[in-house]
Parts: sequence; C-alpha cells; structure tokens
Amino acid sequence: MFNDPNDGSRLVPYPSGALVPERDLGKTPILEVRHLGIDFGGLTAVDDFSLTIGRTEIAGLIGPNGAGKTTVFNLLTNVYQPTRGDILLDGYSTAGKTTAQVNRMGIARTFQNIRLFDKMSVIDNVKVGLNSSTKESFLACMTHLFGYRKAEKLAQEEAMRLLDFMHMTDVAYDEAGSLPYGAQRRLEIVRALATKPGILLLDEPAAGMNPSETAELMENIRKIRDTFQIAVMLIEHDMNLVMGICEGICVLNYGKVIAKGAPEDIKSNPVVIEAYLGKKKEA
Amino acid sequence: MQFLSFLISGLSLGSVYALIALGYTMVYGIAKMLNFAHGDVIMVGAYIIYVVSTMQGLPVWVGILASVLGCTALGMLIERLAYKPLRGAQSLAVLITAIGVSYFLQNAALLIFGSSPKSFSSIINRKPIRLFSGDLVISWEAILTLSVSILIMIALTVFISKSKQGKAMRAVSEDRAAAQLMGINVNRTITLTFAIGSALAAVAGILLCSSYPTLTPYTGAMPGIKAFTAAVFGGIGSIPGAMLGGVLIGIIQMLANGYISTQLSDAIVFAVLIIVLLVKPTGLLGKKINEKV
Repeated sequence: MFNDPNDGSRLVPYPSGALVPERDLGKTPILEVRHLGIDFGGLTAVDDFSLTIGRTEIAGLIGPNGAGKTTVFNLLTNVYQPTRGDILLDGYSTAGKTTAQVNRMGIARTFQNIRLFDKMSVIDNVKVGLNSSTKESFLACMTHLFGYRKAEKLAQEEAMRLLDFMHMTDVAYDEAGSLPYGAQRRLEIVRALATKPGILLLDEPAAGMNPSETAELMENIRKIRDTFQIAVMLIEHDMNLVMGICEGICVLNYGKVIAKGAPEDIKSNPVVIEAYLGKKKEA
Repeated sequence: MQFLSFLISGLSLGSVYALIALGYTMVYGIAKMLNFAHGDVIMVGAYIIYVVSTMQGLPVWVGILASVLGCTALGMLIERLAYKPLRGAQSLAVLITAIGVSYFLQNAALLIFGSSPKSFSSIINRKPIRLFSGDLVISWEAILTLSVSILIMIALTVFISKSKQGKAMRAVSEDRAAAQLMGINVNRTITLTFAIGSALAAVAGILLCSSYPTLTPYTGAMPGIKAFTAAVFGGIGSIPGAMLGGVLIGIIQMLANGYISTQLSDAIVFAVLIIVLLVKPTGLLGKKINEKV
C-alpha cells in the first residue's frame, strides 16, 4: 500500500551485491558497513554485521529485544569502538574519529529514551545542533561574544525553519523538558536534523505513541527524506511502521544478521518468523 | 550607619567570592569535578600582577592583563596536564589530583617567593569616600570590586545564555553523551570552561588583594574554600546560585565579624551553610536532579 513501485523504492542489487533502492543506483551509498563486530569481554554483542544504505533510502533495523540493535547505532556513531570491521560514511572511514567528529561527518541520531537538553528552551536545543555544524576555530569561538549577533540571527532563522517543518514554532521558547512526550520525540528529530546529517538514525521513534501519532510520524519520516534528500535508518518494534515506510529491512538476532531485503521478503521469511515467534512445534 | 558599612564591605567581599565561586560551579557543572586548585589560581594571579606592576614597575593595566592572561593559560594547562588524562576515571581520583595540584601551586609559590608576606599595592590609589561627616567610609576598592563583579556577572550570563559556546556548555553540562552526538567537542568545551573560570579567578585575586593587601602562597586557600562554600550554598552547578551564594557568604561573614566576633565569623559562615544544606540539600538555587526512568 505504501510502496509505490514507480517511486524507485524497489530494491535492486548494487555493484557490491548489496541491495539499495533503484533511484539511489549509481550514487555512492551514504553508509557502507563491512563485517562490523564488537566484543564486550568474552561476549560477542554484534558480529559480522554488513549493510549498505542508499543515499535516500529509508532502512529498518529490527529484531527481538537484546538482539544488538542499539549497539549497532552506538557502533555507527563511535560511542563504542568496533572490535572488527569498517564503517564507511559517504565513502570515508570513520575509524578513529570521535563521536562529535562522526556527527560532523554526517550521522545524527535520536535516542530510545529521549535525551533532550531538558532545561534549555526548545529553540536552544535546535541551535545546539545547528552550532556544531558550522566549523569555527577556537579563537573565533572565544571572540564570538563580540561578533555573534549576525551568526545568532542566521541560527535563529534556521532553527525556526526547522521547527516550522515539524510544526513546533509555537512552543519554541518553552523549556524542552516541559513538552508533552510526542513533542519531545519530534524535537529530538529536529535537533538531529539541525546537525545537517547525510543519514539520520532513529532509535525507536514510535515508542509510546498511539496509532494516529505513529501514522503522523511515518508521514514525517517520509517528508524528511524527501525534503532533505537524506537517508533514514530506524530501529522500531512497530511492524506497521517498519513495513509501511522502510524500503530495505535488516533483521538482527543474537548480534547477527539473519535476514536482509524488501519488506515483503522479510514478512514471509521463515527464519525471521522463527526468531520472533519461536520454532513451530512439529505436529 | 555601622550596619551599612558592614553591608558594603560584605557586598564587596561577597562579590569576590562570587567570582571565584563561578569558577567552581562552572567546572563542576560541565566537567563534573571539584577543582580544589581553583583557589590557588587566585594566588598565582595576584603574584603575577605583584611581579609585573610592583616589582618591575610596569603600569597597572599591564599587570592586570598579564595576570588574567597568565591565569587563563595556567587554568588550561592544569586541565590539560592533570585532569584530562583522568577523564572517565573515578571522581575520587580526580578530586585527589585537584588537591595535589593545589599543593603544587602553593609550594611552587613558596619556592619562588618565599613564605614572607608581600605587601600588595592596591590597583587604585584614592582616598576613601567619607559620608555623613565621616560616619560611613567607603573605599574605592569596594566600589571597584562591586562594579567590576557586576559587569562580569552580566557578561557571563549573556555569554552562557546567548552565545554558541555558552549553549554548548549548557548542553555538555546536561548530557555529555548527547552533546557529543550533536557534534559538540566536549574536550574543547571543558578547556574553555577552565579558561573562563581561571580568568575570573585572576580578576578575583587582584580585587581581593587590593582590599586585603598581604600576599602569601596561602592567600588563595581560604577564599577558595569560602567560594566553594558559596557555590555549594547557592547550589553547585548553578551560575545564579554561585553569584547569590558568594554575595550572601560575604555579607554573613562581615556581619558576623562586626556584630559577633572576628574569631567566630568563619565558624558562623560554615554553620549557616550546614543549616541551609539540612533544609535544602541542593543549595538555595540548586536543581533537583531528575532520575532517568
């Protein structure tokens, strides 16, 4: 119902063999992950995780609880340093970069448990995101006090535009922590977008939302992709959302990829069904 | 009239405490550590202006500039050499290191300048103002201290609330990991915090020694403790809290000094702190820490 075959969302094989939406063919993928793995002590949390995401693809990462989905997000943002494997962001390796540098290279994310700067105003949350996307030397930062007016005006306009995009201008000066739950989730997305990412990682964006809010979120995710022409990768348990908007889906179980493909293929994949529902008893 | 005179000297001393307390509270809020060497940076700042202006005879403004720049560099250096390698270490390790840095600075000053007190010449040479036929004497140092402190506090408040770096500081103080994921360079933000805190300490040192003109290697220790008390009193981590706490501690100390006993004034200051913390454990303007659910 959501996948219109004419909008290029059909997955086609990429030269490397990975599947990306047809419209992203011929462009470098925004994210290419090869054989990524991490061990915590003797425990392998994620192993041999490979994935390619097209420039404007909406991708889903699903799997049962504890499968290692959030660990993958933490690896992609260098919160954890991988034990094995490579991450190429827009063709560049992120190995050895700090989390802040990886963000500036083009990955932004939201959190499973909302982590806004609660005591700052809504618009200041967005500006924190905006600020880091403009590069400045230390000296320029120190002297900012005297020349910030112009930069501040630009940041103000840009922040308002982003808030308007998510219909949040009327609460711009409220304290972020005082917003209702759904609005906090939207603000987290706006703040992530403010860092001008090439790929946006959403960790359970629909958690705690009712069906109508979830439907609105789906619209918003699609709108983000279309407007900013970026890729979105999301972790989500709400299968209606995942099957509804994701073009490619990757299923993780016990830290390993057990299936990859278009939603229709994932839905009917016996390995996936087994991972979610357990093995069928032989009759 | 006597009361007014105590109040003015209390306000003046309190605003010096407030400047120092700002350094404690900002570093605590952003780097989540207690920088017990902060008080000794005051002493270093005072020695720098003593060397430059009193010993070398250069103009006072050169001394002030040297002192502020020197302390800024010192603060950044201390952070880089002593605290940065311990980022992620237990807070107790960082605390002990800070005490170590404090002793290091005191003993370095002892080696260079000896233990005999130096008489510090005030940065302004003007006769105090006498009002009400000499009943009320206001020193120019008190006026200068108060006005400089107010200006600095306004500038700092604007900087923290409006500037890009100020927003980054608030973001790091609220959630360091989330700030990093917003592309904020946390190390740079912490360095900037130390730089600002130490520059304020230099100003505080100059103002303090202008009013109380004996300079020894231990000059910074007691005001440092008092300012730390002020930061806790106002709610550590809170910038308006540090300002309020500093001013209140100064006034309480001076009133206790004047009306009760000079010997007991410190004890009274700390007794008030204990009472406030019993009633309001987060300090006057301290934020309640919301547990993440």
